[in-house]
Amino acid sequence: INHIVHNGGLYKRPFNEAFEETPMLVAVLTYVGYGVLTLFGYLRDFMRQWKIEKCQNATEREEQKDFVPLYQDFENFYNRNLYMRIRDSWNRPICSVPGAKVDMMERVSHDYNWTFTYTGRVIKDIINMGSYNYLGFAQNAGACQEAAAKVLSQYGAGVCSTRQEMGNLDKHEELEKLVARFLGVESAMAYGMGFATNSMNIPALVGKGCLILSDELNHASLVLGARLSGATIRIFKHNNMQSLEKLLKDAIVHGQPRTRRPWKKILILVEGIYSMEGSIVRLPEVIALKKKYKSYLYLDEAHSIGALGPSGRGVVEYFGLSPEDVDVMMGTFTKSFGAAGGYIGGKKELIDYLRTYSHSAAYATSMSPPVVEQIITSVKCIMGEDGTTVGEARVQQLAENTRYFRRRLKEMGFIIYGNEDSPVVPLMLYMPAKIGAFGREMLKRNIGVVVVGFPATPIIESRARFCLSAAHTKEMLDTALKEINEVGDLLQLKYSRRRLVPLLDRPFDETTYEETED
Amino acid sequence: AAGVGQQWVLVEMVQAFYEAPAYHLILEGILILWIIRLLFSKTYKLQERSDLTLKEKEELIEEWQPEPLVPPVPKDHPALNYNIVSGPPTHIITVNGKECINFASFNFLGLLNNEKVKSAAQASLKKYGVGTCGPRGFYGTFDVHLELEERLAKFMRTEEAIIYSYGFATIASAIPAYSKRGDIVFVDEAACFAIQKGLQASRSNIKLFKHNDMADLERLLKEQETEDQKNPRKARVTRRFIVVEGLYMNTGDICPLPELIKLKYKYKVRIFLEESLSFGVLGEHGRGITEHFGINIDDIDLISANMEHSLASIGGFCCGRSFIIDHQRLSGQGYCFSASLPPLLAAAAIEALNIMEDNPDIFQTLRAKCERIHKALQGISGLQVVGESFSPALHLQLEESCGSRENDVKLLKRVVDYCMNSGIALTQARYLEKEEKCLPPPSIRVVITVEQTEQELDRAASLLKEAAQSVLN
Repeated sequence: INHIVHNGGLYKRPFNEAFEETPMLVAVLTYVGYGVLTLFGYLRDFMRQWKIEKCQNATEREEQKDFVPLYQDFENFYNRNLYMRIRDSWNRPICSVPGAKVDMMERVSHDYNWTFTYTGRVIKDIINMGSYNYLGFAQNAGACQEAAAKVLSQYGAGVCSTRQEMGNLDKHEELEKLVARFLGVESAMAYGMGFATNSMNIPALVGKGCLILSDELNHASLVLGARLSGATIRIFKHNNMQSLEKLLKDAIVHGQPRTRRPWKKILILVEGIYSMEGSIVRLPEVIALKKKYKSYLYLDEAHSIGALGPSGRGVVEYFGLSPEDVDVMMGTFTKSFGAAGGYIGGKKELIDYLRTYSHSAAYATSMSPPVVEQIITSVKCIMGEDGTTVGEARVQQLAENTRYFRRRLKEMGFIIYGNEDSPVVPLMLYMPAKIGAFGREMLKRNIGVVVVGFPATPIIESRARFCLSAAHTKEMLDTALKEINEVGDLLQLKYSRRRLVPLLDRPFDETTYEETED
Repeated sequence: AAGVGQQWVLVEMVQAFYEAPAYHLILEGILILWIIRLLFSKTYKLQERSDLTLKEKEELIEEWQPEPLVPPVPKDHPALNYNIVSGPPTHIITVNGKECINFASFNFLGLLNNEKVKSAAQASLKKYGVGTCGPRGFYGTFDVHLELEERLAKFMRTEEAIIYSYGFATIASAIPAYSKRGDIVFVDEAACFAIQKGLQASRSNIKLFKHNDMADLERLLKEQETEDQKNPRKARVTRRFIVVEGLYMNTGDICPLPELIKLKYKYKVRIFLEESLSFGVLGEHGRGITEHFGINIDDIDLISANMEHSLASIGGFCCGRSFIIDHQRLSGQGYCFSASLPPLLAAAAIEALNIMEDNPDIFQTLRAKCERIHKALQGISGLQVVGESFSPALHLQLEESCGSRENDVKLLKRVVDYCMNSGIALTQARYLEKEEKCLPPPSIRVVITVEQTEQELDRAASLLKEAAQSVLN
C-alpha cells in the first residue's frame, strides 16, 4: 500500500513506511517460548543453588562475602538463563577491515557459552551485513587511508589535552569549517565520541524549567543527555505527529506542573533514522509543528547523514527542506564516514555557546588527528571536491542497494519494518530460539548478521537487522538473499501476510508519559 | 448423579432466596443498581483539562514566548578564544604561530611523538582502516581490542580489563553501572567532572567529604552506620561506594589509600579508584597508586583510568576482578551503545604499554624532574604551588585573590601570555563554573613531561618568577 501523506503538500515525495502487525499465532508461541525458558531458568537456578549443577559465574571475594551484594540475584536472571544461551551471536571478534567482506576469528565454546576459546583459525570473506558502513568508507587502502597515514606520521595518535586548553589543533578548525559547509549551516563543532556529543551537549542547552519532548524510541545517548540536563521529559509515541502536537499544546497551555509558570523553552529530540525500526522521522511535519508552537528542534542524524538524500547530506536534503529550520543538527562520523566522533551544526551563536559551555570542550580530550583527517577526506569525497565522482556514485549505489534488497525480501514473504528508503533493514524473528538459530545458520553460510532481542527491542519483537552498504555489490546481495531465503524456509520465518497497516491508521491513545528529575 | 446434585444445589439457592430477610434483599438490590450505574457512567476527567475554552487556549499559545535557544556569549569570553596549535602538540609546540616549549599537554612519558608508537599505529591503519563501524556487540570487536584488554589486565595484575573509546565516558559509565537509585556514594570534594557526571547519572545519594580528610569521611560513615541500625532491612540491600582519585586533577595531591582500605573493611564499603593521572606515573613500574603504597590490587574493587595522559592515545579502561568488570559489558552505557575504539589508537596504546614495560626507569626520571621544578617554583611572590612534589600536573594559584573570579582569571591570563611570548607554552585550568560542585580557584596548569630537559625546567621556573614580578606587582 503506497501511503502518500499530503498535509498541505509538505511532502515532495511518497513517504512509504509500514509496520506489519504481529500475527496472533506467532505472538502466542513467542510468549510460550519465553515462558518455557523462564521455567527452565528457575529450575537451573535451583539446581545451582543446591550445588547439583556447577555454578559457572564469577563470585565475590572471600574477604568481602559479608559486604552488601553488588548485584541483585534477580537482575541477572535474564543474563544467566536467556542471554547466556545465545551469547555467541554477539561480540564476534573480527580481524580485518570492516568492509563489505570481513574475516572473523573462529571461537568455540565447550561449556555452553560460559567461556570461549579461539581455535586460531580465521573464517575468511564473510559477507558483512552488520557493520555501519553505509558509504563504504571503511577501507584500508585508498585516498582516505593515505591521507590519514600522512597525518599520523606528522601529528601522532593522541592529543593529550582538551579543546579549551592546548588541544585545539589546526586540523580541528579545518574539520569544523568543512563540516559546516557540508551541512549548509553557519558553523559546526566536532567531538571525539558520538555518544558523548549527545550526553554532554543537551545538558548545556537546556536545564531546569525547560521541557524536552523525546521520541519513544530515542537512542540511549539522547535519553541520558535529557536526564542529565535536569529538564522535564515527556515522551511522544514513535513518529506520531498527533501525539507530539497534543503534548506541545498541553505544555504551552498548562505550563510547568504544579507551579503553572510558563516553560523557558521546549526542545524536541528526534532522530533521522531510528536504527532498530528502520523508520525515518516525519521531518516536514515536525518542522511545521515546531514553527507553529515556537519550540526548538534537535535532530540526531547518526544513521542518516551520508545515507539519505541525493548527495548524502542527510534527512534534511532527503525531504527537500532547508537546514536553517533545524536548530541543532547533530550527527556522528562513525557510520557513513568510517571514522569516529560526532558533530553539532547550527547557527554561529549556538556553536559559540557550545565552545564555551559544552562539557566536552572543557574536560574531554579532543579528537585524534588521523581520525580527523579520515573525516576530512571522506567528506570531500562525498561532496565531490576531490575531483572524482566516487562520492556521488556511492550515494547512488547505496540507494539502489536499499531499494533492491528491501523489495526482494518483501517478495520472499518476510516481515520487514521501516521506511522504503532506509538502509537499515529489520527482519522480524519474534521467537527467542530463532534469534540464536538465525545468527548461527547465517554464519554457517558465511554471512554475518546482527540479531537483537530484549532489552533493545520489546520482548516479543526480536529481529535481525541488516545494514546495507555502498560497498555491497549486486552479486553479494544476491548471495545474501539466496541464503536468507534458505534460512527463512528452514526456520519458517516468512510470516508476512502482506497486510501492510498504513501508519496513520494505528489507534491513537490519549495517555502521555512524563518523567521528571527528583 | 452430578446433574441431580446440581439441581439440588439450585433448589437450595432458590429456597434461601425466599427465606432471606427483606432488608438484606433490598440492600443487595441497591448495590447491584449502583454497580450498573458505575459501569455505564463516563470516566472521571481531571478538573484542569476542561477549564479553558478553545479560544483561550489558542490565545495562550499565541502569547507564549520562549527564551532564545542559547544566550549570547560575549566576544572576549576567556573560554571562547581557543589557542590554535599548528602541528603536533609535542615537546616543541607551535601555538598561535609562536614556537614554545610545551608545559601544557599531559604527555607525561613523551610518547606522543614516539616513532615506535607511530609505526605500530601505521601498521594497524594499513590493516584495519580508521573506524570500526560498529559497537563492541555488533562486529566492532577487533583482535586488537582483545589484545589491549589482556595486556592491560596483565600489566595491572588484575583478572580482566575493559576498554572504552573515550576517556571521559570511562568513569562516567562505570559508576552508574553499579550504583543505582538508593545506593550511597561517598566521594571526595575535589573529584573531577567526569566522576560528578557519573554520579549524577547514577541517581544515588551522594555524600561529599572534605578533600583528603579521613576524619570527615569516618564521621560520615559512622552517621550512616547509625542510620543503618534504625533500618536494618534497607541497609542490607543498600550498596555503598567510596570514589576517590589516585592523583587529583584539581589539586595535584594523592589520596591516603592505606587509611581508605582500613575504612573499607571496617565499614564494608567498596572502593572505586580513578587513576587517570597516576597511571604511568606513580609506582616503581608505573602501575599507579596501589604500587606506590604497596597495596594488594585485589583490595580495590575497580580501577578506572584514561589512556589519554601517560599512554598518549585516546580512550580509557577499567580493570579489576572479572566478577566486577564483566558486568560493564552489558551495563556500561558508553561501552554498549557506542562505537569501539579505532584500532590504530588501540595499537598505539599497546606499543606505549610495551615501552612502559621495557623502560621502567622513566618513572623515576619523571618524578625527579617533578621534584626539581616543584622546588624551583617555590617562593614566587604572588603565586603558590598547589600539588605534591612528585605530581607531574601542578597548579599555580594566586596567593591573594583580587576580589572576583573574573579579575583573577584576567590576571592569570596576563601571566600566561607573558610566558607564551617568551617561549613557554602554559594554559589556565579550565572549568565550567556553573556546573562544578566545588569549583576550584583559578590557576595556571603546569605539566611536567619526561622530555623536558633540566635547562628547560629551570628556564620555565625563572620565566614564571619574572612574569609574576611584572604582572602581579
